[in-house]
Amino acid sequence: MPFAIQTKDLTHVYNQNTSFEKKVLDNINIKVEKGEFVGIIGHTGSGKSTLIQTFNGLIKPTEGLVLINGETKFRDKVGLVFQYPEHQLFELTVYKDVEYGPTNLGLDEQEIKKRVENSLRLVGIPEKIWQNTPFSLSGGQKRRVAIAGVLAMNPEILVLDEPTAGLDPKGRDELFNQLQYMHKNLGITIVLISHSMEDVAKYVDKVIVLEKGKVKYCNTPKEVFKNVEELEGIGLAPPQIKYIIKELINNGIEIDENILTVEEAAVAISHYLKNR
Amino acid sequence: MIVTAKDLVHKYFNTDEKGEVIETITALDKLTLDIKEGEFLVILGHNGSGKSTLAKHFNGILKPDSGTLIVDDLDLSKEDNIWKVRQNVGMVFQNPDNQIVATIVEEDVAFGVENLGVPQKEIRQRVDDALETVGMSDFKMHSPNGLSGGQKQRIAIAGIIAMKPKCIIFDESTAMLDPAGRKQVMDTMITLNKTYGITIIHITHYMQEAVCADRIIIMDKGKIYLEGTPKEVFKNVKLLKSIGLDVPDTTYLIYLLNQDGFDFDSSILDVREVVDAICNSN
Ligand SMILES: Nc1ncnc2c1ncn2[C@@H]1O[C@H](COP(=O)(O)OP(=O)(O)OP(=O)(O)O)[C@@H](O)[C@H]1O
Ligand SMILES: Nc1ncnc2c1ncn2[C@@H]1O[C@H](COP(=O)(O)OP(=O)(O)O)[C@@H](O)[C@H]1O
Ligand SMILES: [Mg+2]
Ligand SMILES: [Mg+2]
Repeated sequence: MPFAIQTKDLTHVYNQNTSFEKKVLDNINIKVEKGEFVGIIGHTGSGKSTLIQTFNGLIKPTEGLVLINGETKFRDKVGLVFQYPEHQLFELTVYKDVEYGPTNLGLDEQEIKKRVENSLRLVGIPEKIWQNTPFSLSGGQKRRVAIAGVLAMNPEILVLDEPTAGLDPKGRDELFNQLQYMHKNLGITIVLISHSMEDVAKYVDKVIVLEKGKVKYCNTPKEVFKNVEELEGIGLAPPQIKYIIKELINNGIEIDENILTVEEAAVAISHYLKNR
Repeated sequence: MIVTAKDLVHKYFNTDEKGEVIETITALDKLTLDIKEGEFLVILGHNGSGKSTLAKHFNGILKPDSGTLIVDDLDLSKEDNIWKVRQNVGMVFQNPDNQIVATIVEEDVAFGVENLGVPQKEIRQRVDDALETVGMSDFKMHSPNGLSGGQKQRIAIAGIIAMKPKCIIFDESTAMLDPAGRKQVMDTMITLNKTYGITIIHITHYMQEAVCADRIIIMDKGKIYLEGTPKEVFKNVKLLKSIGLDVPDTTYLIYLLNQDGFDFDSSILDVREVVDAICNSN
């Protein structure tokens, strides 16, 4: 079976042959399997947004290839939620904004209605503001509406660029739970850029770490977040719980150093304290 | 007091395609709040709870429908006072890319002060000092384009501190940053507050960033729902989760352990305290 997303020696240079020339992706080879949930992390300017825009053809690689489901010709396969999606809201009402994509797909009315309503509910936009103009919403509400617009397209591959920035904690949890549901039950492939290390650690199968346009690590969260000093050195940080675990181990508490979530930590500490 | 707000009400009117009002949203609902000079205040609350609406009142971007607001001893209901207040209350927003206006860092930082009519020589000094304070002196002659998000935010902050304000409002200024950028901006806020005595009002969805506050207020439906020191506020784990918020991982770990039958101090906040508590338990 072909990979959902694969890049071969992908390189991208902005403003080639000018004095502003800048190589921002440097020989990237990554593979995302069908149905996988992948997180991309990296400091600002490491090339994350550029990379994912090659996945739907918005940015054409300077060198190398992008294959979607094994094919080099692709359009509309990847649903992309942009870094500042709220800038793309333009319709008169929240409802119409979400309806725009599915309507353009030429679906029947019943199906469009179902998708719009589902998506808006999934992102937690209450029905009483569906007819309001998107411009009257708070920052976090706009972001939710923009995400709903992409969900309503039912993409096979969903790519999100920092979707949780500006969402409140509940919104963050709800979105991640929703993505996990789509990943587990609908088999959708998900690639997500995030600065929230806690969420990446908790939800994704695989983490890709970008550093100056190169892949620095590509592995499970457990393996990647072992590299505490290296991550700090490139502007990242492991989840805070890692620091607590490390200190506890230094103080003689015997628990697994690979623990990545608060819930796992509580179970392990409780077990240790009750059984020593 | 740098801010004295009493019974502030702010309403938004949503209109339909014909311009008829179809809905009224009470974004601030008789909100009363005093902020002390030199205080580090963090405002938390779910999306749409009224945080930005409140912040925009403090420097006169928005006007209340009713209630009184005194900022820096000036009554904001008087039009003349708004400009005076803006010199003393600066605001940093969420998106680092929308706040930079010039093509050289130094010019960007000078932009606000120049509008104050400060003499050229003093502008130079203020710009240099401001860049020094945010730790960006080395980038003085750079183009802002190549900078990271955290660096851009610090340039925006420098532009504000060059105006020598008494108070700076950060409306989710860390939301778009990577962990290092977030830390740079938080460290800058702490320096401005502790070393220069500037009042800081920080709006955030990262609970961890509220731990250093003197006081936290939690907004819900345009009102203050809960307020207190970080320790007082964050020990209410269940309550906070029920209104869509969260607590720092340290507090949450202790909460989970206590749920499991332990009896740790539920107001514990930092890593050191957690480690000590667990190691010393028997
Ligand atoms: N220009 C506007 N017109 C109409 N309603 C508005 C406008 N701006 C905000 N609102 C409404 O006022 C309420 C408070 O919005 P505000 O932007 O203050 O929230 P917030 O707490 O800053 O949210 P967030 O965490 O998402 O930034 C929301 O219900 C929002 O929909
Ligand atoms: N349209 C563009 N033209 C020129 N340079 C760009 C453009 N978009 C991004 N860059 C530069 O490419 C680098 C990588 O940017 P980006 O992919 O947005 O990184 P990230 O999403 O990891 O923050 C940065 O140095 C950025 O300044
Ligand atoms: Mg980006
Ligand atoms: Mg806001």
